[in-house]
Amino acid sequence: MKRFGLISVPYLWLLALFLVPFLIVLKISLSDTALAIPPYTPTLDLSQGWAGFTAWLSGLDMENFTWLTTDDLYWKAYLSSLKIATFSTILALLVGFPIAYGMSRAPDEWRPTLMMLIILPFWTSFLIRVYAWKAILSQEGLLNQLLMSLGIISEPLTILNTNTAVYIGIVYTYLPFMVLPIYSALERLDESLLEAAEDLGCSRLTAFWLVTLPLAKQGIIAGSFLVFIPAMGEFVIPSLLGGSKTLMIGKVLWEEFFSNRDWPVASAVAVVLLLILIVPIVLFQRNEEKQREAGK
Amino acid sequence: MSEAALATAPAEFAPWKDSQATPLIRFQNVTKRFGDFTAIDNLTIDIYEREFFALLGPSGCGKTTMMRMLGGFETQTEGTILIDGQDVGPIPPNKRAVNMMFQSYALFPHLSVAENIAFGLKRDKLPKDQIAARVDEMLNLVQLGKFANRKPHQISGGQRQRVALARSLAKAPKLLLLDEPLGALDKKLRQDTQFELMDIQEQTGTTFVIVTHDQEEAMTVASRIAVMDHGKIIQVDTPAKIYEEPGSVYVADFIGDVNLIEGSVTTSGDDHATISWAEGQQNLIGIAHDEIPAGTRATLAIRPEKVNIATERPAEMTNIIHGKVLDIAYLGNMSTYVIETPTGQHIKAQAANTRRIARRAITWDQDVWLSFTDTAGVVLTS
Repeated sequence: MKRFGLISVPYLWLLALFLVPFLIVLKISLSDTALAIPPYTPTLDLSQGWAGFTAWLSGLDMENFTWLTTDDLYWKAYLSSLKIATFSTILALLVGFPIAYGMSRAPDEWRPTLMMLIILPFWTSFLIRVYAWKAILSQEGLLNQLLMSLGIISEPLTILNTNTAVYIGIVYTYLPFMVLPIYSALERLDESLLEAAEDLGCSRLTAFWLVTLPLAKQGIIAGSFLVFIPAMGEFVIPSLLGGSKTLMIGKVLWEEFFSNRDWPVASAVAVVLLLILIVPIVLFQRNEEKQREAGK
Repeated sequence: MSEAALATAPAEFAPWKDSQATPLIRFQNVTKRFGDFTAIDNLTIDIYEREFFALLGPSGCGKTTMMRMLGGFETQTEGTILIDGQDVGPIPPNKRAVNMMFQSYALFPHLSVAENIAFGLKRDKLPKDQIAARVDEMLNLVQLGKFANRKPHQISGGQRQRVALARSLAKAPKLLLLDEPLGALDKKLRQDTQFELMDIQEQTGTTFVIVTHDQEEAMTVASRIAVMDHGKIIQVDTPAKIYEEPGSVYVADFIGDVNLIEGSVTTSGDDHATISWAEGQQNLIGIAHDEIPAGTRATLAIRPEKVNIATERPAEMTNIIHGKVLDIAYLGNMSTYVIETPTGQHIKAQAANTRRIARRAITWDQDVWLSFTDTAGVVLTS
């Protein structure tokens, strides 16, 4: 009984904070929009008993999901999000791996400081940091001023309100999620493994390919998912740094919800997004499990 | 005729005595410093082919640094290291015909046992069937054929140790370096593995250099032992010589159990020296190859198992010490007696327990006489 109680805590947690909200969203996605509070029908009226329940059930339909397929805005937004999330993940990996590698090779007394530098930005509001990028990337921004004063460019670059700015924003924001798992994998790597590889005839470079990289694999996979999954649904960065042409599903969702006040369609968008993300989430979980097993 | 008969008899393996033999490894005035710390201090030593050479010393004595210089992981600050006549200073580890078995074994966790063993062979770009054949041969050598497809975390510590050995031998190196190879094994397994190591060394004919802090291990496996301290080699000799005739108090004390009796030399010569050491006790005689001037402070080192213990004064012994039994340690096969002399010194004697414990003649606080021959102990001045 005691054991059951202990196990039930995380399950109750998941039930209350994940499954229940999801079911609410799913229900709304099957409803119709209405000029009411809440802005959709039907609503469950339990005062009429069973008849009320059947009336509520018959009022639900898949109309909103069909709607998503008729307007090409939605699937274009999904595809564009997929593309942006994928490229951001690759960029974050290219930037994050050398950082993690450098940290793991740094002298012991330096490591806490380096770790602090990676985590420190989290202590400031995410919104403020994204706004700061606006100040850096704008036409008269710090970056353009710097490049022009150095004589590298004569005309200011247009970065803000383009996809480039979105990439910069996503890579910047999610970099720690890439760096930390890779660092933790590399930090555990025993230096003598590389010496053994060299001893057996590897050059430094082949030792990196044959030993360091395979042993960092789990960290790389974990980091990539931790960047890809939230980047896929990202809304703040594209709406603040991206231009009108930047199409991301998170932005579409926000507009459906707050500009159009079409809660059912917005919910349908969210449900589809979740279905798309379930694949990488399951893969991520499996990777974690594998890692735990290998660590035994 | 008799000459031919002699030639077939197994010759003693002692290339270090042969002035014609060329050493495989030569350290010539090698010094290694890490910042202010001198790890290896002007060290010169020759190691010969097919030797099983042990570097023995306490941690921080420089033995691991010496091995890492042979492997190419450290470069000496001064001096030259020659392997097979070639100055190896500028040669990186991956270009040396030297392999190393790491203390942590350093098995690649993402590769199976067979892949670990094949790792070095693949780097040499050997044809596939040749690699497979060599891997099989190595697996048989260490009796791990059944475990070829297991990952390192799926086998026991002793098996991992053997995989590490097989992997380092797979490329048939001229020289194999073993860094505390048995350190992680429990005592029983360690003893079995020591003999296995010796067999494998003999079978493959590889020169082994082993680093250890375990003097018993060094004694068991090595053809010669170098006892090190503070970056210097204190003594290089066969295990028997190191044990029986240590050159200094440090070596005598480091290897095995020993009684160190201090005194001053009264007479010396003819391979022996006599010391007077305590009032009311007769002088003691021990081996001293060099003549020591009378009056010099010296130490007689005598192993406990070479000391006889008796309840009556023995008649025909050169060295006799009188005292009282202070302590008895029963070790099963033998007992160690600690005897206190009237002047308060403690001397240990060991005796095999050939009789049942109940019939033992010697007990606590009993007056006893210790005795040993004039060749049992060594008189040391340093």
